[in-house]
Amino acid sequence: MELALEGITKRFGSLVANDGIDLVVAPGEVHCLLGENGAGKSTLMNVIYGLYRPDAGRILVDGRPLELTGPGDAMAAGIGMVHQHFMLVPVFTVAENVVLGHEPTKGPKGVGLLDLAGARRRVRELSDRYGLAVDPDALIEDLPVGVQQRVEILKALVRDAKVLILDEPTAVLTPQETDELIAIMRQLTAAGTSIVFITHKLREVRAIADRITVIRRGKVVGSADPSAPENELAALMVGRSVSLGVTKAPPKTGEVTVRVRDLVVRDHAGTRVVDGVDLDIARGEVLAVAGVQGNGQTELTEAIVGLQDAVTGSIRLGETELVGLRTREVLDAGVGFVPEDRTHDGLVGTFSIEENLVLDRHRAAPFAKGPALDRTALRANATQLIGDFDVRASGPEVAAGTLSGGNQQKVVLARELSRPLQLFIASQPTRGLDVGSIEFVHRRIVAERDAGTPVLIVSTELDEVLALADRIAVMYRGRVVGVVPADRHENLRDVLGLMMAGVPEAEAVAQAAAYPSEVEAAAADAGDDPVVTT
Amino acid sequence: MKSWLEDVRRSSWLVSLLAVVVAFVLGGVLIALTDPDTQAAMGYFFARPTDAVSAGWRAATEAYGAMLRGAIYDPQAATATRQIRPITETLTVATPLIAAGLGVALAFRVGLFNIGAQGQLILGVILAGWVGFRLHLPVGIHLLVAVLAAVIGGALWGGLVGVLRARTGAPEVITTIMLNYVALYLLAYLLTTGAFQREGASNPISPPIDDSAAFPLLLGDSFRLHLGFLVVLVAAAFVWWLLERSTVGFRWRAVGANPAAARTAGMSVSAAYVGVMVAAGALAGLAGAAQLLGTEKSLTGGIAGSIGPDAITVALLGRSRPLGVVLAGLLFGALRAGGVLMQAQTGTPIDIVLVVQSVIVLLIAAPPLVRSIFRLEPRKRRSTDSADGAAPTAERQGAAA
Repeated sequence: MELALEGITKRFGSLVANDGIDLVVAPGEVHCLLGENGAGKSTLMNVIYGLYRPDAGRILVDGRPLELTGPGDAMAAGIGMVHQHFMLVPVFTVAENVVLGHEPTKGPKGVGLLDLAGARRRVRELSDRYGLAVDPDALIEDLPVGVQQRVEILKALVRDAKVLILDEPTAVLTPQETDELIAIMRQLTAAGTSIVFITHKLREVRAIADRITVIRRGKVVGSADPSAPENELAALMVGRSVSLGVTKAPPKTGEVTVRVRDLVVRDHAGTRVVDGVDLDIARGEVLAVAGVQGNGQTELTEAIVGLQDAVTGSIRLGETELVGLRTREVLDAGVGFVPEDRTHDGLVGTFSIEENLVLDRHRAAPFAKGPALDRTALRANATQLIGDFDVRASGPEVAAGTLSGGNQQKVVLARELSRPLQLFIASQPTRGLDVGSIEFVHRRIVAERDAGTPVLIVSTELDEVLALADRIAVMYRGRVVGVVPADRHENLRDVLGLMMAGVPEAEAVAQAAAYPSEVEAAAADAGDDPVVTT
Repeated sequence: MKSWLEDVRRSSWLVSLLAVVVAFVLGGVLIALTDPDTQAAMGYFFARPTDAVSAGWRAATEAYGAMLRGAIYDPQAATATRQIRPITETLTVATPLIAAGLGVALAFRVGLFNIGAQGQLILGVILAGWVGFRLHLPVGIHLLVAVLAAVIGGALWGGLVGVLRARTGAPEVITTIMLNYVALYLLAYLLTTGAFQREGASNPISPPIDDSAAFPLLLGDSFRLHLGFLVVLVAAAFVWWLLERSTVGFRWRAVGANPAAARTAGMSVSAAYVGVMVAAGALAGLAGAAQLLGTEKSLTGGIAGSIGPDAITVALLGRSRPLGVVLAGLLFGALRAGGVLMQAQTGTPIDIVLVVQSVIVLLIAAPPLVRSIFRLEPRKRRSTDSADGAAPTAERQGAAA
């Protein structure tokens, strides 16, 4: 079926999230919706899925206008959606999840016995037809993320979705899982299903898309051919030409001052979420920890800064043993920490920028005068840092929670980088940021490295890892699979992708050479340089 | 509960003001409906509705007029002293309410729901009472030691809650409520023991405290207003400084607003919980000192009255800010003081004061309710609170930037 949007406009107060958007999704095509965070992609999809009512414009299915009052209408019209965050019941089986909300019944009319056998049959049938390889009797909580995503796709297919919306589907996948997803998408489109694929990752777009529509600030700013070079797409997305890579000099590596030995972190259930990690970081180098979300990276950084309780092993910073120290003592020892969730852990949203800028340093001069806070010093500090870090805000007294993500991150960075550091840790430093802010944050991190500070980055975005790292440690299930210098392999991206799935380095190198990934191949076909130039 | 507290605290002054106005209007309607003249006129309401309306209006205005005279200034009284006594009564009654309200408000700001002002106050009066009637110290020192004893008693009782919360995670709502009972029955028990019961008395009452342990009266013997009122005002100023200007208060507010970020910035959430509960208890203890050493002079089982529960209302109405708490405490003091004269002169039961208080609580505890009654613009929520889910919120945030 053909899905068409005509002049869709959606406002939130004074903000126009979607401004007269026209879009046509042809049958059997993969239509990529490309745009930065905040461009209005998700709003648009929620309009199509019936979660928001548009203020103007209409949705046409095969030329007929469609009135949507809720997701139920959208599903009935053949529109399915896979959300970025899965909507699955972990303790239910695949079949139970798939039929949840429209359970098939059997037996006499009105008795309504649950027809689970039928559900299982249907799941198996669809799974076979599209090569999903999903076991209808498996419990969701036992399945890897990539398979859970396929269950979400199944949920849509069971309801005869003809248009499938995938919202940032690759954010949670390893590169290899992404390849599998692409294969599934091919099967679906071959059977006539259309797919709307939402993403901000240029690399994937070019591997999958039949057509690309770029959205910026709520408006369609253009469409592009998948063969268009990446920097052209990026420029369209951001509205100006951007440098996709980070320019950085070769590292001037000094002595190793950070030594992590046999670090074990247990969670509340006693599971070893970090399981015997050894790492060294030298002055003047960036060590990046790569891995799929939830493989112990977060706990590793939190253990270093004293935010985890059950920690054994050793973390030495110069002569200081950090294990057993309280967070305040770790920070005082010269560790700067940018937590992965800035709104939850990095900032007090209701506090002003100037207060947030001294959150960890308010006890010492010049900010404390005896028991009192020196408001003048706070103001001076804020004025200085707001200028230095280009924080866009109407003043230092503005509540940090009202800032955009990029500006919030700049406040956190400003606080952490404005004192002499012995170790700088940044977890997901650019998650959810716009391209301009990403450039800024990356430049600052590299500058800190060049100033001779050991830098530890944790990122689930391979692009970011490749852009920043001098060496890359890949974590899988709490262990370090291997540490790879950034210049060791030609096809580093493929090798890292395999290592992120637990494959040791040597084996990963062999496999990567034998089976180059689709995304990588698409990039090579187009004949331009990889995104990241170091 | 924390986000609800935040909403109450951050709602505008207008909401608090409107809550008070609505409560008085509803109270007035209730006075009118229960007035015998009005009820008689209601019998022929459809024949002559004006009778019922005017009778109701008269009843309500008379009652509130009496309340006003009883709370602020009574021009009908015989002597000048009696004319101005109402305002001093208001201040006297408000004194412990303000102190205990400050304690509750302080804990609110750190994200703790301190229901335990009552228990903390009782512990305070137990210690202060013992110092007041068992120790016989020189003038000046005796009062100081007695007040300190009250403050320490409250601080210990509050601190216990803080330690339980910090060490074991026991919710302070439960522990404070339970410790209120413990304190109440501890006092009841002590008043049956030789150390506390007045010699020769058969009812549970303590000996009167020494004059040297009492707060001096501010305006002479004709008025009950005592030095405790000024002490409490100083305490309010101190709480303001503590919250807004001190490094300790900075940490407490940070823990209250976002404990995760406070912890990540190296602050100790446990220390904040214990510290603020000690301070909150100390303030409730000070309220006890004002009650015992200023007005009651003897310990009885019911000395705490409803100060503890009222303190929660005062803190909420004052939006957990020291100045707000002082004003809310004065309002409640006026209601209490004025209610007495209202009942005496117009026969309107003093319970109407309770109704007014309760409606105020109801309305300020649900800011959206007042906003919808008066069709106020909903205040701008932080976008993270949006009910629309994370993804569209992020989009909006970015697009707004």
